[in-house]
Amino acid sequence: MDLLAHLPALQVVVPMLSAPLIVLLQPRGLAWAGATAVAVLSFAIAVALAIAVLDGQTLEYAMGGWPAPYGIALSVDAFSALVLLVITGAAAAALLAAKPSIDQQIEVERQPLFYSAWLLVLSGLVGIVVSADAFNIFVFMEISSLASYILIAGGPDRRALPAVFKYLMMGTIGATFYLIGVGLIYMMTGTLNLADMEARIGDVTDINPILVAAGFITIGLALKAAVFPLHVWVPNAYTHAPHMVTVFLAACATKVAIYVLIRFDYMVFQATLDAHEIQFAMFMMPLAILGILIASAVAMFEGHLKRLLASSSIAQIGYILLGVSFVSIAGLSASAMHIFNHALAKGGLFLVVACLAYQYRDLRLDQLGGASTRMPWTCAAFVVCGLSLIGVPGTAGFISKWMLINAALENGPWGWGLVAIILVSSLMAVVYIWRIVEALYFQTPAEGEAPQSEAPVQLLLVTGLVAVMNIYFGIFPQVPLELANSAAALLLEGSR
Amino acid sequence: MIFIFGLFLLTLLVITAIAIVRTKDLFVAVMLTSIFSLLMAANFFILDAADVALTEAAVGAGVTTVIFLCALALTDDKEKPRQGGRWVAFVTVGVLALLIIYATFDKPRLGDPDAPVHQHIAPWYIEKTTEYIDIPNVVTAILSSFRGYDTLGEVFVVFAACIGVLFILGVSPPRKTRGVTEKNSGLRHHLIPQVVGRLLIPFIVLFGLYVQFHGEYGPGGGFQAGAIIATGVILYALLEGESEALRAIPRGVLLGMVIGGALLYGGVGVACMFMGGAFLDYSVLAADPIFGQQLGILIIEAGVGMAVCGALLAIFHAFAAREILS
Amino acid sequence: MNFLELLGYFNYWVFAIILTVGLYAVINKTNLIKKLIGLSIFQSAVFLMYITMDKVEGGTAPIIQKGVEDQIFSNPLPQVLILTAIVVGVSTLSLGLAMVVRISECYGTIEENEILDAD
Repeated sequence: MDLLAHLPALQVVVPMLSAPLIVLLQPRGLAWAGATAVAVLSFAIAVALAIAVLDGQTLEYAMGGWPAPYGIALSVDAFSALVLLVITGAAAAALLAAKPSIDQQIEVERQPLFYSAWLLVLSGLVGIVVSADAFNIFVFMEISSLASYILIAGGPDRRALPAVFKYLMMGTIGATFYLIGVGLIYMMTGTLNLADMEARIGDVTDINPILVAAGFITIGLALKAAVFPLHVWVPNAYTHAPHMVTVFLAACATKVAIYVLIRFDYMVFQATLDAHEIQFAMFMMPLAILGILIASAVAMFEGHLKRLLASSSIAQIGYILLGVSFVSIAGLSASAMHIFNHALAKGGLFLVVACLAYQYRDLRLDQLGGASTRMPWTCAAFVVCGLSLIGVPGTAGFISKWMLINAALENGPWGWGLVAIILVSSLMAVVYIWRIVEALYFQTPAEGEAPQSEAPVQLLLVTGLVAVMNIYFGIFPQVPLELANSAAALLLEGSR
Repeated sequence: MIFIFGLFLLTLLVITAIAIVRTKDLFVAVMLTSIFSLLMAANFFILDAADVALTEAAVGAGVTTVIFLCALALTDDKEKPRQGGRWVAFVTVGVLALLIIYATFDKPRLGDPDAPVHQHIAPWYIEKTTEYIDIPNVVTAILSSFRGYDTLGEVFVVFAACIGVLFILGVSPPRKTRGVTEKNSGLRHHLIPQVVGRLLIPFIVLFGLYVQFHGEYGPGGGFQAGAIIATGVILYALLEGESEALRAIPRGVLLGMVIGGALLYGGVGVACMFMGGAFLDYSVLAADPIFGQQLGILIIEAGVGMAVCGALLAIFHAFAAREILS
Repeated sequence: MNFLELLGYFNYWVFAIILTVGLYAVINKTNLIKKLIGLSIFQSAVFLMYITMDKVEGGTAPIIQKGVEDQIFSNPLPQVLILTAIVVGVSTLSLGLAMVVRISECYGTIEENEILDAD
């Protein structure tokens, strides 16, 4: 059995088939160990795939032996590899640190079901990324969505339930819109394979259903990706979910929806619809800008730590979308890099939240005083990840912000306005990060809330590792940078 | 003639949908939803989609209604009227409807054999099924073999729903203030349902097994079979009481069925990889590729049937066994 | 236009109407179970659209009968897709209902505005 050839399929099969097995691991702690082992193995497969596509080639795989478009085809290129690294890395890191936090928040009897759902989310997300078939993407999108509803519903607070219900409603509407769009395209072209669609759309005589389809697909994916103004499910869902779940989901769940949006748009629509670039830019750019400004503004006044970081996530998604709407190599590379870097920064920040939550019961800002004295390492990690989020030189966040500014400047006179918006929102980020730092370092502890000691070693180690990676990839960004540039080149050349 | 019937069904569908939205009594709404699913199934049948009609009837009209009623028993029966503006909603959906209707005018004529959707892939499937797989039901061939990876995903969606319901309802409800409820005894004291039900249950299960194994020759397959057999067991639970049904098929067995079914399907795929083919390439399972395909389809359909039956029953028991708060 | 054409357009319009009725219920109703019912109607409308496009004039269900030559079949592919979509819809629905039951236990109500007021 040629392992390398089967890698794209194994990336999905390994976590997916392990999920039912995890349910059987009832003894205490065994479910966690099993899930972590599988996640680390998936990460290894993703690294192997990334190495294989580093030189720009694309790995193809025909499921069931049937050639595309008659069967379902998988295809892994530089862009897929980058997103796969983010997903599996986030899953593995979150699971490695998860045990103390989850033991605190979820009862032992329910834990095997919980970890099994975690692996299902992982397999759903990677299944979306490696797939080259529009309907297959829908099926795996639903696997990952359903499993992530389960994860969020594990939150200890009763407010998790209405939050996840709202997410279920909006997520299902989004998926159904996506299905309508795919149906309309299938009706006009007769195929479901993405590459095949690209070839056949040119022959279509009536463009109207295709435009309507593009609209439906974009709105459906925008609901899943938390694009402004369809982002309303994010703050509640992220805040009331178990802390490690927020780490995992904030790092990668919405990015995958953006990945599908980019794939569909650049591969299927750009090449074949005239002036689509201008329509796309006109539609996406204002939404991206509004998302960045409004979400950053909300974050500046937010009082609860998790909710503040959730609003910040919406702003960061705005950055990614902004780069995409430039329709240029520079813009796309910047977005791809930001997918990677934001996962590092936000993942780290939410890991810090999990550490703090181990000692503090209430995570509102005015209750967090005195953390720096008893939990110095945790707060130091927070400062590092916070700087990366703002985009200070020397951290990973700086690289992608810099690339974004460069891409904006390519746009002529409008570019200066966009650069101004990026700088203003970065200043807003400074404001809200400073508020948290101030609470951690300079505030006096609230009554009886002072922490007794540092967070558990397991949590701390992983948090520290992620914080260090933020600096490492700020100084040596070669590997993700190369992947991002390859990705942008592939996407744009596919659309010529 | 049949087209007039089709028009009639569609109109009835619209009327039912509007009635569902307008009624304030949730029990009425759920019953109307069941009728809606049945009308939908009849419509599918007129449009030559026999497998889909069977699935919509078994799953949509059957199982969905049962789960809704279980949930209703645990919550409130009536809906409170909404105060305040509905204009935003009206305008949004009105614009959406107009947009879709605008797009329909360019669609290919219904039934046009030269439409793009009927070229390219569909004729290939119809031709090549006899050559590669040699079973009469083309839909099963596509579902289990050509696009078997999608069906694997679908089984895992069912698995996810099962563990999700078990996870969410795995938390005990808050303590009641009243005394203990009496054990649910079903319809034991009603004669007619008992007699008729006992007559029906063996036929339902037998029909389910028939649908499972004849999925390759006629409409049918794992999903429909799983839903039908689950319905038979649910009928038993209604007649004898839910705890009796749980004694007959305990929770552990149900969970085992779900996990076993999902792993069986995935296991066949992995076995194909070990025997030299791609994942889910059944041709390598036996010396004769056509026989290999048929063997593969048989095994995975069994896996699907097990998983769906176990999942639906587990979900039903999770709801039905919950103590009702007063 | 002949009956088949009229039926064809009528199918699409019914799809549009049922879609919007379902979506209206999801957006506007405050009762959580009503919202879920609206969601299920919304999804059923999409199934109708897919199956409508699979009909071929003069065709039958795609089951090959041995010995009969030159049969016209309706398109089997949308049927496969909708089989999957129906099962996905039911799974989402059961998860949603489990959440509603838990919400009802924790909050004592399943009206959305009352739940928002309670927190």
